[in-house]
Amino acid sequence: MPPRPLCPARFRPATRRVRLGGPIAPIALIIVLSACGGTPPEETQTATPGETGPVTGDITVFGAASLTDSFTELGEGFEEAHPGTSVRFSFAGSSSLAQQILSGAPADVFASASPATMALVAEGGRTEGDPVAFVTNRLQIAVPVGNPGRVTSLEDFTDQDRTIALCAAEVPCGAASARAFEAARLTPAPDTYEEDVRAALTKVRLDEVDAALVYQTDVLVAGTQVEGIDFAESAAAVNDYPIAVLREAPNPAGGQAFLDFVLSPDGQAVLGAAGFGSP
Amino acid sequence: MSSQRSTPPTADPREAAPGGDLAAYLQVSRGALQLEVDLQVPSGQVVALLGPNGAGKTTALHALAGLLRLRAGSLTLGGRALDDPTTGTFVPAARREVGVVFQDYLLFPHLTALENVAFGLRARGVGRVAAREAAGAWLDRVGLADRAGVRPGQLSGGQAQRVALARALATRPRLVLLDEPLAALDAATRLEVRADLARHLREFGGSAVLVTHDPLDAMVIADRIIVLEQGRVVQDGAPAEVARAPRTEYVARLVGLNLLRGVGSGPVVSVAAGGVLHVADPVDGPVLVAFPPTSVTLHRQRPEGSARNVWRGAIRALEQHAHTVRAQVTAAGHPLVLADVTPAAVADLDLAVGAAVWVSFKATDTHVYPG
Amino acid sequence: MQTPADGRGTGIPPILLLPAGLGLAFLLLPLVGLLVRTPWSELGTLLSRPAVLEALRLSLVTATAATAICLVLGVPLAWVLARATVPGVRLVRALLTLPLVLPPVVGGVALLLLLGRRGLIGQHLYDWFGLSLPFTSTAVVLSQAFVAMPFLVIAVEGALRGADRRFEDAAATLGAGRWLIFRRVTLPLVAPGISAGAVLCFARALGEFGATITFAGNFPGVTRTMPLSVYLALETDPQAAIVLALVLLLVSVLILLALRGRWLNGVGS
Repeated sequence: MPPRPLCPARFRPATRRVRLGGPIAPIALIIVLSACGGTPPEETQTATPGETGPVTGDITVFGAASLTDSFTELGEGFEEAHPGTSVRFSFAGSSSLAQQILSGAPADVFASASPATMALVAEGGRTEGDPVAFVTNRLQIAVPVGNPGRVTSLEDFTDQDRTIALCAAEVPCGAASARAFEAARLTPAPDTYEEDVRAALTKVRLDEVDAALVYQTDVLVAGTQVEGIDFAESAAAVNDYPIAVLREAPNPAGGQAFLDFVLSPDGQAVLGAAGFGSP
Repeated sequence: MSSQRSTPPTADPREAAPGGDLAAYLQVSRGALQLEVDLQVPSGQVVALLGPNGAGKTTALHALAGLLRLRAGSLTLGGRALDDPTTGTFVPAARREVGVVFQDYLLFPHLTALENVAFGLRARGVGRVAAREAAGAWLDRVGLADRAGVRPGQLSGGQAQRVALARALATRPRLVLLDEPLAALDAATRLEVRADLARHLREFGGSAVLVTHDPLDAMVIADRIIVLEQGRVVQDGAPAEVARAPRTEYVARLVGLNLLRGVGSGPVVSVAAGGVLHVADPVDGPVLVAFPPTSVTLHRQRPEGSARNVWRGAIRALEQHAHTVRAQVTAAGHPLVLADVTPAAVADLDLAVGAAVWVSFKATDTHVYPG
Repeated sequence: MQTPADGRGTGIPPILLLPAGLGLAFLLLPLVGLLVRTPWSELGTLLSRPAVLEALRLSLVTATAATAICLVLGVPLAWVLARATVPGVRLVRALLTLPLVLPPVVGGVALLLLLGRRGLIGQHLYDWFGLSLPFTSTAVVLSQAFVAMPFLVIAVEGALRGADRRFEDAAATLGAGRWLIFRRVTLPLVAPGISAGAVLCFARALGEFGATITFAGNFPGVTRTMPLSVYLALETDPQAAIVLALVLLLVSVLILLALRGRWLNGVGS
């Protein structure tokens, strides 16, 4: 698939691998475009002091758990590009991170797995400028190797006899799952509401459930230990990942530089390789 | 269990205990202690095992109770072999007809006095009602009927001792063992409980072995005293005999006598520790000479008079006893002797540690016996 | 406080008072924080939610069952550890404390690997009897028992070691066999240790989170205990989480006080 300039004002044209499936792409595009809409790049530029000097020092990034692998890789790239910096990550559930930030945690950047959690932080007056969507993630059905429960579609999630894990409604992947089932007009019959997407995936890896609804990126991380199955209704539940520099950040210039790196073609390439979609 | 018992326990405390002749030759190794005791106790006799700490008294008791195995020797009670390493016989404690009054009594703290006494009967298969009835009768017998519902924590020392005795006797054992049964009591209580204990043991038909380090307990309660030192029997005899003719320094100290070892030759004894003694009863060969400290008098000047045993020494120590002062007098070439003097005499003679004194005692106050 | 009321010369050395006070504050002040931030006005409405009562009921039932299992298995285990003289007992004792240092989530994974649908034992249960433990209330009880039993075993073993074994000798001379001695003498003697252990065990089971959510999952009415409810509420509604935590706290305190009062007063000596 050729690279497409999705948010022309924000993103320089570059090679980006976008992993959106054919039939889903148009819908995804609409959502993604709407996500980019409200963020004029000038604002974030002007909100960043110390733009002139070189970026140095420690940069603290709070990232959603699903970003663990790709952000760690991004951090190494960033440190290479900006000698004298050191990026430190705190990965956890987005909601937990949001609570920590609202309680005054000294972070420079927050990358959330859901706009709702980012909204909590923004409403709390802790973001500097408006948050930007930097990737999307969509759901996939994860089944154990060999698909012992012979799960093929979302419809199989309504089967009482199959053991099913879903994310709890309180966490982003659970909210996304609920939207998917709504779109499919199905009522699932899960056996457990897992506290986060990785916990749901673990149940699949250990073959304790016949299927779980998780992010496509998590299926990729699990490699050969699980099998991913696409389903049509996933388009209705694409999740935006917003990122923002935080107010009262110890290193605002560093935070802004990291945010720019995430949105840069190099950054987007890393995220794309991990299975994230472009906003 | 009952098949092992020749006579089942009965609930009636008035019924005579079964025959309990004890024939034991105990050989036990416990750490540094090598115990070797020949113990023959006919039914009805109370024997006191007297000895210093670490002599093996309690070890002997545990071997008799079945809490320890014999290394060698044998143990028979009422004709039934209880322990015999050569044949591999060992009847565990629970199946021996032996009652034990432990040091500190070891009454079960979570059970009432009545339940404590009933415990053995219940354990041996007596029904709940019958066991409680019998336990009540036993408590009555030791004068504690009104304390039946009380937990051990609320009993006085004397009461606890009597409950422990009732508990040990309630199962109608052939042999009863008592480990320092009076040691935990204060002096006043002790006097009363000692007399009671002596009476109950006389009424008890079986054999009894009492462990104590108190010679008075042994004298009052026991028919016979066996003195243990370092795991060996050093003396075995009637209380009066032991009191009159101690065979070791330890026993002599317990019964309050000077004891000297020597070789007799007519009316004179050459003392092993030095010097010679004049004695009343001529004996030849190895002898022991005993005489009470009260018969020894102290003087500042060489005494005049009939006392044959006179020498000069120095006071090494003075100890205040109840109504007397006991002086230890040492002298080169003479044995150490103890002398009991009145506090008035101490003042008159101006006695102090280090003071030079003359010792004298009569030959007729000595008791000489083969050593 | 510094001068002993009973007249003995063994008062608390003043130098201990400062750390003691700090320790107390450290343990209690976070709870004060919880109380201060509690939205008392919402208490009533939150408490009347069926989901809350359901979680509370599930927590109490499972923690009670877990404590019962710990007692039935843990007391004999403690006895063996305290009394066995065979070599290797020390190693077993050390291994026993592993669930204490193991992060509960890891404990949950371990339980899955043993008793899960594809676990060492679980696969046979599933293949032969069609029995699958994960995602059931039984799994909640097992998770709780797994993390809580060491507390009971350690407490009871300590009590057994401290108990005067001469009482058992006394019982033996009275004709009692080993089982009778255990029931009628040893157990009552260590009853305070057992009750203390059971209280610890129950408290740990009631607060269990990591092993439960990993092994038993999280489903309302089946496996969602109070701690799981608190955790999930924290994701979206911290106020509700505080109230739920408070409820769990109050219920625990009430139960623990009642148990302690009853058990510890039952054994007077």
